[in-house]
Amino acid sequence: MTQFLQQIVNGLSIGSIYALIALGYTMVYGIIKLINFAHGDIYMVGAFVGFICISTFKMSVLSAILCAMVFCALLGVAVERLAYKPLRNPTKAGLFATALVMGFILIYLVAKATLELDNLWAGVIALVLSLALGFFVYFTITPKGNPNRIAALITAIGVSFFLEYAMMAIMGPNNRSYPATLGGTATLAGVQITFAQILIFIITLALMLILTFIVQKTKIGRAMRAVSTDADAAALMGVNVDRTISITFAIGSSLAGAAGVLVGIYYNTLNPLMGMTYGLKAFIAAVFGGIGIIPGAMLGGFAIGITETMVAGYWSSLFKDAIVYIILIVILILKPSGLLGKNVREKV
Amino acid sequence: MKRWLTLPTLCWCVFAIGLYGLLQLLIEIGVISVVWQITLANIGINVILAVSLNLILGISGQFSLGHAAFMGIGAYAGGIVLKMLPGYTGMLLGALAGLLISALAALVIAVPTLRLRGDYLAIATLGFGEIIRIIINNMKITNGAAGLSNIPAVANLTVIYFTIVLTLIIVCNFKNSAPGRACISIKEDEIASEAMGIPTTRYKVIAFVLGAMLASLAGVLYASSFYVIKPTYFAFAQSINILVIVVFGGMGSMTGSVVAALVLGVINYLLQSLPNERMIVYAVAIILIMVFRPKGLMGNFELSFARLKSLQDIKALPALWKDKILAVLARLKNKRQKEDA
Repeated sequence: MTQFLQQIVNGLSIGSIYALIALGYTMVYGIIKLINFAHGDIYMVGAFVGFICISTFKMSVLSAILCAMVFCALLGVAVERLAYKPLRNPTKAGLFATALVMGFILIYLVAKATLELDNLWAGVIALVLSLALGFFVYFTITPKGNPNRIAALITAIGVSFFLEYAMMAIMGPNNRSYPATLGGTATLAGVQITFAQILIFIITLALMLILTFIVQKTKIGRAMRAVSTDADAAALMGVNVDRTISITFAIGSSLAGAAGVLVGIYYNTLNPLMGMTYGLKAFIAAVFGGIGIIPGAMLGGFAIGITETMVAGYWSSLFKDAIVYIILIVILILKPSGLLGKNVREKV
Repeated sequence: MKRWLTLPTLCWCVFAIGLYGLLQLLIEIGVISVVWQITLANIGINVILAVSLNLILGISGQFSLGHAAFMGIGAYAGGIVLKMLPGYTGMLLGALAGLLISALAALVIAVPTLRLRGDYLAIATLGFGEIIRIIINNMKITNGAAGLSNIPAVANLTVIYFTIVLTLIIVCNFKNSAPGRACISIKEDEIASEAMGIPTTRYKVIAFVLGAMLASLAGVLYASSFYVIKPTYFAFAQSINILVIVVFGGMGSMTGSVVAALVLGVINYLLQSLPNERMIVYAVAIILIMVFRPKGLMGNFELSFARLKSLQDIKALPALWKDKILAVLARLKNKRQKEDA
């Protein structure tokens, strides 16, 4: 019994991290029907921002979480504006910005490595060439919306690679460990609970309450719900669709940033490729609860977390991933729209 | 009876053999170094993988994110048999085993999941792919997470080249056959094609199983070209790599898949001199290409000799191309005038 309760506690703490990441997946999917593969990497960036805040700037845990949330929100919006919006709803200015920024990074890196220039000269050359590219794009390409969702998915994968390897170039590929900030355990009826677990649980609950409040009670929340139901109709009613989508990305990414810091505190270790595994699990959690449905993501996160710790605790940690995937497939076959999802009839 | 030796077929034969001859000549006179030969082998395997995924994704419109698992099945089947029985017989037997197991696995996966649509199908195939990898990771015969090493290197460029040719013959003929047309109609509109009396599930399963079998062939070639295989090679990331090639080349265009595998392979090779920046540059290139050319390099274009009815047509080709180029130029000019006005 004690072991069972212990597994529940462990499952709840890892599950709340999955739930926080899953919320971002589900919100983005709900609003633009895109599986945002870069979301797991935004969570990774959050973990690194928290790491720098705590170890270099000696901040407290809470302010590190806030920093990571703000940084990730900005990053999420930047990714949306530079990579996803030009595909979904391009404007000349948007394409110009994408060509400028992406072209700059590309030319800067290639120029620096092949011509062996120093930073300044590579930067100047890249700036000139990418400006030229930007203006070329501005004056030659007529923006055209693109309904191809797979192209958007590949873009998301590109962003994911970019974040992973840019972080690897900045911070090095090795594992790093968080400075121990929260020691101590409490014992309750034989069950050991660390302070980190309590913190994770409290922060997750608080963030979920705030999110529910934003989505259900505020004007921007109503706009988000309107856009996810029918973007065209919402636009006709005066909702600024692009801004609503950006805010959705900001909120989802900030939750992922918080999850990043929390997982750093909990597991004490982080590396640039950690986003992939957690992202995948959180994504499964979102599908489990019903992708696009916010309470579903919370439920799915906790369910996946508890299942995982149960399988690892009572059977073998080698099979915990397999069991999670099997549950996913069973859910998909029996109820494709997820546990809390409604079945939508197809109309011709 | 339909004549099977038509002019287009003949053209393709000449083309394939000519290209092979050119390849051998370049290797013989030393233009293609050993390093390039390894790169070419890798590109060739990617071509097979991309074409086989294109059959599932581009022709029948089913979004699979677990393609690397079938490659893994082929690689392990090939690797295990080859280690017991080195040589071409071993490779053939391994390929047969891989084809059989991957066909079975694909059938088991396809029958329940192909009822799902769009993103849900993608997620389910992703789950199945990972399950297959975890099974490989935990089996004795596959040597667990350490993987197999010292697999005898039997495959060479000739074997890979003719497997590509075989794959392309199968897939391109499938595309133009009755089941292939049924698959294309399913991609365009599943409900409408069901209403026209097409047994959609059956054709989706056929395309999925065929694609999986071809991917396992690529796996056998991979195992016998690169000596070492590990379960992590066939994880989600590899499925993504194949998907990127298909979308980059243009979904539904086999020419596109071949060209994209070549282009990405060469880019990857050239970027090897910048190991730190390689993946960043690759990622930015993917984003730029998708934003500015979402249809992929080739779009729907397919290289074809089917227009050629007689030998006179070949002589007329340069004039035809000239006309085409002129037409494109005229269209551009018109467009600019319209924009100015």
